[in-house]
Amino acid sequence: MQEHTQLTQKQINDELLKDILHLPKWWLPAVLFLLTIVLAGYSAFGYMIYHGLGVTGLNRPVFWGFFIANFVFWIGISHAGIMISAILRLTQAEWRRPITRAAEVMTVFSLAAALHTPMMHVGRPWRVLYWIFPYDFSRDIWPNVRSPFVWDPSAVGTYLIASTLFVMICLLPDLAILRDRAKNPLVKKIYAQFALGFRGTPRQWKLQIIAGILLSALVLPVFVSVHSIVSWDFAVLIGVEGWRSTIFAPYFIIGAIHSGVSAVAMLMALTVWIYGLQNYIKPDHFDAIARLLIIVATTWFFFFFLEWVWALYTLETPEVALRELQAEQWPYGPLFGIFIITSFVIPVPIWLFKRFRRNAVIMFWTCVLVNIGMWLERFLIVIPGLLRRSHMTFDWGSYHPSIIEIAIVVETFAFVALGMLLFAKVFPLVPLFDVKEGMINRHLIKIGRRVIPATIREGLPHHYYKNHSDPIIERSKEE
Amino acid sequence: MGKRSVLGLYIEEDSAADALDNLKEAGFHESEYEILTGVPYPEGTFGEAEPQHNLYRWPLIGAICGFSIALLITAGTQTAYPLITGGKPILSIPAMAVIIYEGTMLGAIIFTVIGIVFESRLPRIFMGAYSEKITEGHIGVTVTTDENRTETAEKALMKAGIDGEIIRGWE
Repeated sequence: MQEHTQLTQKQINDELLKDILHLPKWWLPAVLFLLTIVLAGYSAFGYMIYHGLGVTGLNRPVFWGFFIANFVFWIGISHAGIMISAILRLTQAEWRRPITRAAEVMTVFSLAAALHTPMMHVGRPWRVLYWIFPYDFSRDIWPNVRSPFVWDPSAVGTYLIASTLFVMICLLPDLAILRDRAKNPLVKKIYAQFALGFRGTPRQWKLQIIAGILLSALVLPVFVSVHSIVSWDFAVLIGVEGWRSTIFAPYFIIGAIHSGVSAVAMLMALTVWIYGLQNYIKPDHFDAIARLLIIVATTWFFFFFLEWVWALYTLETPEVALRELQAEQWPYGPLFGIFIITSFVIPVPIWLFKRFRRNAVIMFWTCVLVNIGMWLERFLIVIPGLLRRSHMTFDWGSYHPSIIEIAIVVETFAFVALGMLLFAKVFPLVPLFDVKEGMINRHLIKIGRRVIPATIREGLPHHYYKNHSDPIIERSKEE
Repeated sequence: MGKRSVLGLYIEEDSAADALDNLKEAGFHESEYEILTGVPYPEGTFGEAEPQHNLYRWPLIGAICGFSIALLITAGTQTAYPLITGGKPILSIPAMAVIIYEGTMLGAIIFTVIGIVFESRLPRIFMGAYSEKITEGHIGVTVTTDENRTETAEKALMKAGIDGEIIRGWE
């Protein structure tokens, strides 16, 4: 990463904490607006509990509708946060520094949003406890661990706990800064409690750095397992033609990364516009994430292509009928076209041009398109798969989402936005200590006739200085 | 005798490193002084001792605990209420593997986080000698020692050219 603005630690504190310690004018109206949508969604949910699932558009044979499509979508979005953060940390990519926290926080709220819809979908959410936790000793009722619907909460729950702990641990140094800068005694006391007495000793910093790497390494396998297990909700059902696919796990994972990384790019643009973070998130950052997106989108498209090829290769009547329904028949045909165009055909060629990659507005809107496409992808997997036009005609049906389902789906989007806004009011969305570390490690070096910025990634460990006979080290010792 | 802590603040990295050298010369042990910074400097920047830790044991212990609990839950619930499926064993290994995997990872992650907090010597109830300037870019050198040696420590800190006054606190 070449492009940067060199700032002092105080400047970084001032810029990144200004919206936390002071209330921006737009904040309250924005929160009230989102809160209204969230409450409307919960009201719809209350109405649904009172009247039963009949108020949704779910009916035989389509028993999974908007709720489950939306669940898969949010699980997908949640993947990019930790994926971006973990992979970029492990590879010590310098451009990660300003974006990791926002990506991780988005993971947490996306997972919470994802959990909304299946809980609501079951109609009697409190009964979920019976299916997940083995607690009812008196009645001898136990979860059936053979069911993917028990695997799902165990995976999503693990991922949610892991992501939340990851965010909290990486927040400690920034909480110490907030503790030191807060003027209100009560606020100061609260931040002091959360900061756990962090003082910035070499031991604490060393463990912070290791924490980032070690937790990344531990969360990545969970990340892979979560969307694999979500895909098995579908793939283990041998009776549904479009779902029983061995390719589903990797296909779902790469689809999740595609939509999720796009969501991170959207988030980067939004944080620049809303919080004025131009000094931290530069066109170079958009360029880097767009390059990553080109690879991810192309890989995802390859998996999508394979899924279709192997489905049609068998020429089995039910499978062909399903594909015809997905791609040709009203209303799924036009939706299929929109899905392909928005998730691949428009964005990827645009990202091939450097000037577009470096443009936050273009990156934002192309990533919005990707996520529209990826939501439709999940919709097109869930609903046409269940319509089963290949079977007995008396079993045919259709699906029209009701206003209740639409309200709850819209609520999940408002919930994530509201969560991010509330989080950003209390904690910094950009990890201050990480950005500062990048600043102190950055130096200008002269190579031939050019002076270029270079970054020292990490100091060598102590034993290297003690035992190594590197001439440069020896010279520096003599100096 | 109670322990007291004193803190000197420095603007330059070199001054802080000099302060550590002065403390060593004055006979203070490595365990008696610490560098406090608002940003993670590369290890050894100030000539400080390498912090030792056992963090890598924590995820292993957590993974073993998580594995055991998940195994107990999955095997226990299936044997407590056997669902007999024609010709198949009561314990469904592929299904158990999924939950055991998640349990193992969850245990490893939770223990890692506990380990990070524990090995970082947190939570710390008393801050001792501390300044809010540290998170704004100053480098602090703090000495925690017997009350009768604080004067020597203060001299060693001041010799390196501190910014402002010595800050004093109790441990």
